[in-house]
Amino acid sequence: MSGLPRAGDLGLIGCHVCGMVCRDVPGHDVGCPRCGSALHNRKAASYTRCWALLIAAFFFYIPANVLPIMRTVSVGDVDDNTILSGVIELWVKGSPDLAVIVFTASIVVPVLKFFALGLLLISSQRGSGWARRQRAKLYRLVEFIGYWSMLDVFVVALLTALVQFGFFSQVEPLPGVVFFGLTVVITMLASMTFDPRLIWDGRDFDD
Amino acid sequence: MTMPVQGVQHGIAPPTLWICEHCDTVFRRRVLACGEVARCARCDAILARHHRVGVRGMLALVLTAMIAFIQGNIWPIVTLGLNGHLISTTLWGCIVMMWNEHAQVVSVIAAMTLFFIPIFKMGLLGWVLLYARKGERAPGFRLAMVTLHRIGPWTMSEVFVLGTLVAIVKAHMYFDVVPNAGIFAYGVLMLIITAFASIDVRELWDLTEERRA
Ligand SMILES: [Zn+2]
Ligand SMILES: [Zn+2]
Repeated sequence: MSGLPRAGDLGLIGCHVCGMVCRDVPGHDVGCPRCGSALHNRKAASYTRCWALLIAAFFFYIPANVLPIMRTVSVGDVDDNTILSGVIELWVKGSPDLAVIVFTASIVVPVLKFFALGLLLISSQRGSGWARRQRAKLYRLVEFIGYWSMLDVFVVALLTALVQFGFFSQVEPLPGVVFFGLTVVITMLASMTFDPRLIWDGRDFDD
Repeated sequence: MTMPVQGVQHGIAPPTLWICEHCDTVFRRRVLACGEVARCARCDAILARHHRVGVRGMLALVLTAMIAFIQGNIWPIVTLGLNGHLISTTLWGCIVMMWNEHAQVVSVIAAMTLFFIPIFKMGLLGWVLLYARKGERAPGFRLAMVTLHRIGPWTMSEVFVLGTLVAIVKAHMYFDVVPNAGIFAYGVLMLIITAFASIDVRELWDLTEERRA
C-alpha cells in the first residue's frame, strides 16, 4: 500500500471544485488556475470546526426530540406530537412501513451520524491505522445519507399546508421542528468540514 | 513515478493525473471502457466513471427535468375532500398558505428547496451544457461551475417527494386527501436528480476549452 504516491509527497494539490491537478507552491496560498478556487492541502482547521459543529448539532438535537414538532387540533382535541410519538402514531394507525422510514430518517440516521463523525474525529486525531478503508467508507456513507434526515421537516411543512384548508381541524408546526432542521443542517456542515484525507495522515502510514 | 513536465511553468500540470479526493493518492489517468468505474486503490473511492450519456444526453436530461418541474408547479399537488367538496392546491398555494398562517420559517424552507434552488440549478446546468455541446465554455462558465459545486448537497427535492408521500398518508388520518399529478411530476424530477447524482459535472472542465478572444 505504501507504494501509492500521495499528492503532498509529489508537490501537487488537487482542486476540489474542478478536479484539476495543480502544483503546490509551499508558503503561498495559491488559487486554482482553472476555476479560481482557493487550494488547500487539507481543509482549514478541520478538527476544530468539525468538533464545534458536531457539539452544536448535538445540543440542538436534544430540544428537537424533547419539544413537540407539530400540533394537531381536531374538534376540541389538541394533540402535540414529538418526533417519536409521530412515528408511533404512524405505526399504530396502519402505516408501519412509513413509520420505519421516518424513524430511520429522523432518529437512527442523526444518532448514527453523531457516532460516526465522533469516531472518525477521534481515530484520525490519534493517527490510528485501524480499519482505514472502512473508516473512509463510513465517511462517504455519512456524507451521502445526511440530508435524508430533512424528511420529517418536510412532512411537518406539508401537513401544515394541507390542513390549513380545513375549517375544523388544524395543524401547526411547533419549535421542535426548527431545532430539528437546524440539527440536520449543522450535521451536514460538520460532515463537510471533516477532511477524509486526515484518515490517511496517521503516523504509522504503512498498513 | 516521474512527473510530467509540460505546462509546469504556468503552475499547471496537464490532465494526466487523478488525485483521489478522499485520501490524496495520485494516479495516472487512463481511458475508461464503456460503463467502467475507476476506483482508488487505497480508499476505494470513485475516481472517475465512464458515462454513456454525453453532453447532449445531459442536456436532454436537464430539459426533461425542467418540463417535469414546470408541470409539478402548474398541476395541483393534492386534492382534499372537505365537507363534501373537493379542493385542489398547487405547491405555491401551499407555500403562500403557510406564510399567511404564521409558519414563515417552514414556508421559506419549502420555497427554497422545492422552487428556487431547483430552478436555479437547472438554469445554470442548462446554460453551461448548451455551450458545452459545441465544446465551448459559456460566458460565466467558471462562476456557474463553482456555484453548482457549492450548492450541490443542498438541493433536497428527492427528500421532499418522499416527505409528501408520508404527509399525505398522515393527513389521511384526519380527512380525505388524494395525491395529484403535480406530485408525480415531482416524482419524475426526483428520478432525474438521482440519475444526475452519478454524473460528475466537473468533467465539463476537461471537455470544454476556453474561448480565445
Ligand atoms: Zn479548480
Ligand atoms: Zn482514495
